[in-house]
Amino acid sequence: MSAVVDEHDHHADDHHDHGPAKGLLRWVITTNHKDIGTLYLLFALAMFFVGGAMAMVIRAELFEPGLQFVDPAFFNSMTTMHALVMVFGAVMPAFVGLANWQIPLMIGAADMALPRMNNMSFWMLVAGVLLLASTLFMEGGAPNGGWTLYPPLVLQPITVGKALPFAIFSVHLLGISSIMGAINIIATIFNMRAPSMKMMDMPLFVWTWLITAFLLIAVMPVFAGAVTMLLTDKFFHTSFFNAAGGGDPVLYEHIFWFFGHPEVYIMILPTFGVASTIIPVFARKPLFGYASMVWATGSIAFLSFIVWAHHMFTVGLPLAGELYFMYATMIIAVPTGVKVFNWTATMWKGAMTFETPMLFSIAFVVLFTMGGFTGLMMSIAPADFQYHDTYFIVAHFHYTLVPASVFILMAAGYFWLPKWTGHMYNEKIGQLHFWISVVSVNVLFFPQHFLGLAGMPRRIPDYAVQFADWNMISSVGGFIFGASQLLFLYIVIDTIRGGTGEKVSDEVWEDAAKHSLEWTLPSPLPYHTWTTPPSVVPTEHVLDSH
Amino acid sequence: MNKAKQLFAGLILMALGLGAAHADYTLNLMKGVTKVSNDIYDLHMLILWICVFIGIGVFGAMFYSIYHHRKSKGHVAAQFHENTTVEIIWTIIPTLILIGMAIPATKTMLELSDIDKSDMTIQVTGHQWYWDYKYLDNDIHFESHLDEASEKVHRTPGADPRSVPHYLLNVDKPLVIPVKKKVRFVLTSTDVIHSWWVPDFGWKKDANPGFINEASTYVEKPGTYRGQCTELCGRDHGFMPIVVIAMEQVDYDAWVKKTSEQQKQKPDLSDQTTQQLLTHGESVYLKNCVGCHQINGAGVPGLIPALTGSAIATGKWESLDGFLRAGTSKMPKFDKLNGKEVAELLTYVRNNLGNKVGDELQPKQTALPDDDE
Repeated sequence: MSAVVDEHDHHADDHHDHGPAKGLLRWVITTNHKDIGTLYLLFALAMFFVGGAMAMVIRAELFEPGLQFVDPAFFNSMTTMHALVMVFGAVMPAFVGLANWQIPLMIGAADMALPRMNNMSFWMLVAGVLLLASTLFMEGGAPNGGWTLYPPLVLQPITVGKALPFAIFSVHLLGISSIMGAINIIATIFNMRAPSMKMMDMPLFVWTWLITAFLLIAVMPVFAGAVTMLLTDKFFHTSFFNAAGGGDPVLYEHIFWFFGHPEVYIMILPTFGVASTIIPVFARKPLFGYASMVWATGSIAFLSFIVWAHHMFTVGLPLAGELYFMYATMIIAVPTGVKVFNWTATMWKGAMTFETPMLFSIAFVVLFTMGGFTGLMMSIAPADFQYHDTYFIVAHFHYTLVPASVFILMAAGYFWLPKWTGHMYNEKIGQLHFWISVVSVNVLFFPQHFLGLAGMPRRIPDYAVQFADWNMISSVGGFIFGASQLLFLYIVIDTIRGGTGEKVSDEVWEDAAKHSLEWTLPSPLPYHTWTTPPSVVPTEHVLDSH
Repeated sequence: MNKAKQLFAGLILMALGLGAAHADYTLNLMKGVTKVSNDIYDLHMLILWICVFIGIGVFGAMFYSIYHHRKSKGHVAAQFHENTTVEIIWTIIPTLILIGMAIPATKTMLELSDIDKSDMTIQVTGHQWYWDYKYLDNDIHFESHLDEASEKVHRTPGADPRSVPHYLLNVDKPLVIPVKKKVRFVLTSTDVIHSWWVPDFGWKKDANPGFINEASTYVEKPGTYRGQCTELCGRDHGFMPIVVIAMEQVDYDAWVKKTSEQQKQKPDLSDQTTQQLLTHGESVYLKNCVGCHQINGAGVPGLIPALTGSAIATGKWESLDGFLRAGTSKMPKFDKLNGKEVAELLTYVRNNLGNKVGDELQPKQTALPDDDE
């Protein structure tokens, strides 16, 4: 059951076992999966604060009715850029960073399959995000037509100023970066697994990332195509989305959401993988329903391609379209439900302890499920004619992103940082961070359900006075949530610099080595690992098949 | 201080889960005033309760486990990790619940899409940033802008929104419809995508440029119903509300008669005092120009030229007049303004917003031949 690790022979391999390059150049030229993982994670953390600062501007303006701080166009830039930065700069890169660190460790590979491309995809991400951020300083400001970039709004001279071509080129760079990252992950998982690791032995995190990588390859080109059509409509007099030239603005919405729906699952499937990794360790039990978890992830990924128009129920679809997209969307609740039941069953009759990673993971299961419930409500097409484009939607997708994806990223940080650095984080501050975050995130987003149902549209800088109280409460929650993330920043820095000073064991967490390969390696991890693959892999979750 | 108290009260209410008891807060979807909106409300409640029920079950099990199955209580972990029967059950039961939900949802969807056999039709056109209503059965046609009081307050830093009744939810000319009649709406737009939403009617529908969408409503109860644009349509997306007044048939007929007559009247081209020109000019400016050129005429750097000190605005009035009526590739043409409005607007723009040309224009000077026929 538990892994017997091939004690890889440092002495025999001495001439290969060189350390990192010296100085700052190390980080520019590195092809080491751990270094690149670190770069991705630190970049994502920085962008999390940049996007968060934008959210603070939004919540400050919405603190009271009336316009206090910002111009409406700048407000729209903030909502647009907040979304783009968080999606493409923070959440996606953070998961790619985790993949870089963890996938080779978990499958017993020495590195990613294509290490130089790995370096290139990181630096292309940086270039893309910087290009996007540069629009903030341009005449006319950053794009302010919403992250969905709907035409004709985003093409209007009075709306977009000079930013559009820069934003579009930025999307191209981010897309290429993501596709390269995805190819790398697929190549690594298919080719570099330890010889004894079958597909159905792989940890769930590896499975969910494999499926996510296929989603990325499938949809990023679609998005690139859509924004390229915007570009030619704007500068080369095509009329893809211009009715006067025989085009249709709704066509853009179809193409965008054909990308956009799988995109939101790109941000949640690896989240499922991390939760399925952490919960069993702290429940001291194998993951319940491993095979059905894999099956459910695959089904959710498949369904994500055939439900896009549920973002467009009010756009004027034919009745048959409304009904089809309603039924297809409702079906997603089944595999998603299976996952939630599996996590609950994993906890059931375990011997649980509640260290910070487990706390964040439990909060994820509960709060993601609440986001799932509102998602189910919105799948009911006629009801969506009320919910659509209100704060109810804002509440829904923030529940599935913040206390879900972001919380799980925090959990992953607490879970693996001790392994990566060899230092233990401060558990007290970690728990403090958790409790402030979990309370404030609900104060922030729960009232937005009420606002939406009461009739407050999204993306407005000012509102009628009956929405004042809940907006104020939501803003207070937002400020506390935003400020409390500085604790996380502190913990990360502190842990890297030595943490509590306690030397962590190779397993870090009790019996963690039963669950996954990385815990059989030394702590802190050497610069090169699995130069010879492990001969036996943990297969506790698939007991019966072995 | 007052704010702090409100906030404190709000937090306490939320903590106690007593929010609903407070009259000022709306927590739930409104039932609305049509059959469809009521059916949607029922659907909403049905799904909400199903979710609450499932939530109690799942979270209940989870928290029971979290409480009892912890290591600190000496619980020893079981090692089971599969149970085909249980897994089949929790796949099939949700599927059945979903089918149960799909049936009423489908019924309501059919009802919502039924736009046949309507009694009258109104064309709704979205503009940046106002609505335009055209009664296809009797030639009534007017624009509906955010009311002047809200317009001034939201554009003036430090002004108190609470001093304006129905702040941001009021218009200068509301849409009027009869009760107990099936009203069909055809929706379109002249610039970008907008979306027309009156929560009391139970639906919103996008107004797409170059295309026509349809929807209908049948209002049971006379009253004033308010809504907003719900598709991001540019900088003033938050400032193009919708107000619909539903009237008894007799009142509606009287309104139609009065409005048709008013519409036929020619504009009054008699001379005005400077003060009158400036006051009226401000109203015309607030309706037509303020969205882009801003309340102080400063425009938006990099996007929209300033009027203050602008060579065109302060040059010969004849060329400004021509510019205004013809438009450019960036600015729509304002040929919809009559001679009276043009005189007022020009006088205002040239002698306000930081400009001091010192002239005044009378309606007769700017009138086009068909204005005073």
